[in-house]
Amino acid sequence: MATHESGLPGVHAHAAPQGFIRKWVFSLDHKVIGLQYYFLALAAVFVGMFLSLLMRIHLIWPTATLPFLGEIQPATYLSLLTMHGTIMVFFVLTTAPQGGFGNYFLPIQIGAPDMAFPVLNMLSFWTTFLGFIVLLAAFFVTGGAPLHGWTGYAPLSALRSMPGEELGADLWITSIAIFCIGALMGALNFITTTLDMRAKGMSMMRMPLTVWSWFITAILGLLAFGVLLSAGILLLMDRNLGTSFFVPLVTLNGQLTGHKGGSPLLWQHLFWFFGHPEVYIAILPAMGLCSQLLSVFSRKPIFGYKAMVYAMLSIGFLGFMVWGHHMFMSGMSPYTAFAFSIMTMGIGVPSAIKTFNWLGTLWHGRIRFTSPMLFAIGFVSLFVTGGISGPFLAQPVLDIYLHETYFVIAHFHLIMGVASIFGIFAATYYWFPKMFGRMMNETLAKLHFWLTFVGAYAIFMPMHYSGMAGQLRRYSQGTEVAWIKALTPIQVFISIAAFITIASQFIFLFNLFWSMAKGKKASDNPWEATTLEWTTATPPPHDNFGGRTPVVHNGPYEYSVPGAPKDFVMQSDPEIKAKH
Amino acid sequence: MGLILLVVIWLITFVSTYFFIAKTWWLPVGASAAAAGIDHHFTVSFILMGAVFVAAQLALGFLVWKYRSGGTASTAEYSHGNAKLEVVWTVLTAVLFVGMNLMSSSIWASERFRAAEANAVHVEVTGMQFAWYFRYPGPDGKFGLTKPELEDASAGGEAALGLDTKDPASKDDVVSGVMVVPVNREVEVILRAHDVIHSFFVPAMRFKQDAVPGLAIHMHFTPIQTGEFEIACAELCGLGHYKMHGMLKVVSQEEFDKWLAAREAEKQ
Repeated sequence: MATHESGLPGVHAHAAPQGFIRKWVFSLDHKVIGLQYYFLALAAVFVGMFLSLLMRIHLIWPTATLPFLGEIQPATYLSLLTMHGTIMVFFVLTTAPQGGFGNYFLPIQIGAPDMAFPVLNMLSFWTTFLGFIVLLAAFFVTGGAPLHGWTGYAPLSALRSMPGEELGADLWITSIAIFCIGALMGALNFITTTLDMRAKGMSMMRMPLTVWSWFITAILGLLAFGVLLSAGILLLMDRNLGTSFFVPLVTLNGQLTGHKGGSPLLWQHLFWFFGHPEVYIAILPAMGLCSQLLSVFSRKPIFGYKAMVYAMLSIGFLGFMVWGHHMFMSGMSPYTAFAFSIMTMGIGVPSAIKTFNWLGTLWHGRIRFTSPMLFAIGFVSLFVTGGISGPFLAQPVLDIYLHETYFVIAHFHLIMGVASIFGIFAATYYWFPKMFGRMMNETLAKLHFWLTFVGAYAIFMPMHYSGMAGQLRRYSQGTEVAWIKALTPIQVFISIAAFITIASQFIFLFNLFWSMAKGKKASDNPWEATTLEWTTATPPPHDNFGGRTPVVHNGPYEYSVPGAPKDFVMQSDPEIKAKH
Repeated sequence: MGLILLVVIWLITFVSTYFFIAKTWWLPVGASAAAAGIDHHFTVSFILMGAVFVAAQLALGFLVWKYRSGGTASTAEYSHGNAKLEVVWTVLTAVLFVGMNLMSSSIWASERFRAAEANAVHVEVTGMQFAWYFRYPGPDGKFGLTKPELEDASAGGEAALGLDTKDPASKDDVVSGVMVVPVNREVEVILRAHDVIHSFFVPAMRFKQDAVPGLAIHMHFTPIQTGEFEIACAELCGLGHYKMHGMLKVVSQEEFDKWLAAREAEKQ
């Protein structure tokens, strides 16, 4: 594994572009591409959030007439949840942490002038962008967006059985396939860049945990998205070419469909073989980032750096062996459920190690409550809360009851959704000065934190209770089943909490754009952090280090080193002597 | 700021935990033989995981307050961690998680690893958009043939299932829109689906299983309480998913025999 010397290798040495198109649209610069990914995810998250707003309105006021949209029908509700899930999982949780921040900061943090394959990088962004447009198009075609949920279980997703399951569903699966291609290109680039483009002295064990997390995420992506891509192509063939990969002999309203011999469970296996690692694709970058932030703002080295690296590696490894825990009630052999359950409980171990180490990092620190730190602390709290419900669902005997209830919704929203989004917020507040040369407004940022933190708990904690009482997911109305009808008050509470939390996201949006123009000018290292991005200009020049090639002498988390002149030692500073 | 964080995190923790302990919203009363074991394991899991939840959140709140900048310590401690501690908590969590799993595995095994008892009542449960049908084999103990090409969903009943009336075994099959079973006797359900995946969920029985087209899934449960228990579909199956519910009536053996005989008589 070569670490590159100045000017090597030639593939990434490209001159700074001059025209607007080459500079901002079809850019080869990983920083511009990172921003493109970020703003794509920003647009997507507001679309996805708007859809959840409509869902929460429909659940408590089913007959409300909305301006422009009219009354939301039960069928529309199913489209909303399908599109909400798909947009959030693919175009937000996968796009912002990895495509956005990973693209922007991985090369800088390892001291490289760009990604290994800049053209591939540009292509992967524009492919992802195309995927998003194709997905949104599903809203506007005859029949509207698909209704089969983001998991697209066959045969429902494979049959043209109702409005939404026509062209809309074809566009949905095409969009996912396109997204997979973009993600595969991105993954190759991240892996190669991490392995081959590290600056002199940047050994693997001196890489910031953020870099480790992007690297492991890329490996997961490389292994997972290929499987989903194949599954998507097979599903498209079932839908359009008369094949029967996922459809056995079925009848719709007593009419034969012409399919026979396929396996609905095959789709689930392929989907979840991607789907479970996807959870870690969403949250690993947040883990890496929050480890980083807890160290920076506690002014203390990360507790157990090596343990953190091994924990992430084992989470990534085990993440590929647990997909069956989504299928305990699917008709899969009960013996395999036992094996999948043990593996899943096993994943709790590295997750717990990480939590212990985060608390250990705060221990005897000197904590600075900046807005990125607040979100990192919030992340730890949400990670614990979202994680603790995992062992319930991982045990088949409890999952018999909990499967498909709001308990599951609470679990994955807290851990994969909100905790990951807290990672994205923390990253935004932390790196905004480096990306835009200005500071974000701290007062607004803190207000945003408190409303979002309390709001997230107010929305998702009650879902555990309604799940325990049997509230089923994907029910557009609770009127037909007595035990679900009785849970309406919880739905009302959740909706109101959601309205407030959604409204407070506009504080963030305003702060983001206002600060770009009006924020206080940022210095090169406003947080007094140690990693390489803080050694270069703000914003970084086209080649990241202005012709200079950084040489690394220290680990990434040297804070409060005894005898050092300041309470932090940069990675590129002369090697420190202090031993621990 | 450290103090506000402590107060907010602790408050969230206490309020959240309160509703679990108070069981303000909880599982319905269990009415099957397996319910007590499952509910007991719920309680054990809630106690173990609840302790971890409370301890971690309280520690987080405490640490951010205690080690706030401007607090007692003038500098942070320079430490890269403690390998011994890492080993301790790795082993502890491994024991906790794997142990919890093993505790529940015997219940899972008794529910899903063994076939139904010989004297079980056999009921074929078929899900189709958006209704449940229940079929009993009748005195001959055999289910008659069904054929997809004979299905007529709008006609309901036997026709909806596509029952082949030419098959002698089908003559005494009883098809019902309500599931009636005797109390204290094991019920073997044979789950089928015609069109898409449905999921047969009876909360009071602590029973849920997907009905998958192309598969006949054999499962069992034993009701131990008479009464009416709602059934709902738990797997998204299309527009009417939220309306796809049914009723399970658990009655005494005599009432069950009477009910079945009456249905047989109706059929003749």
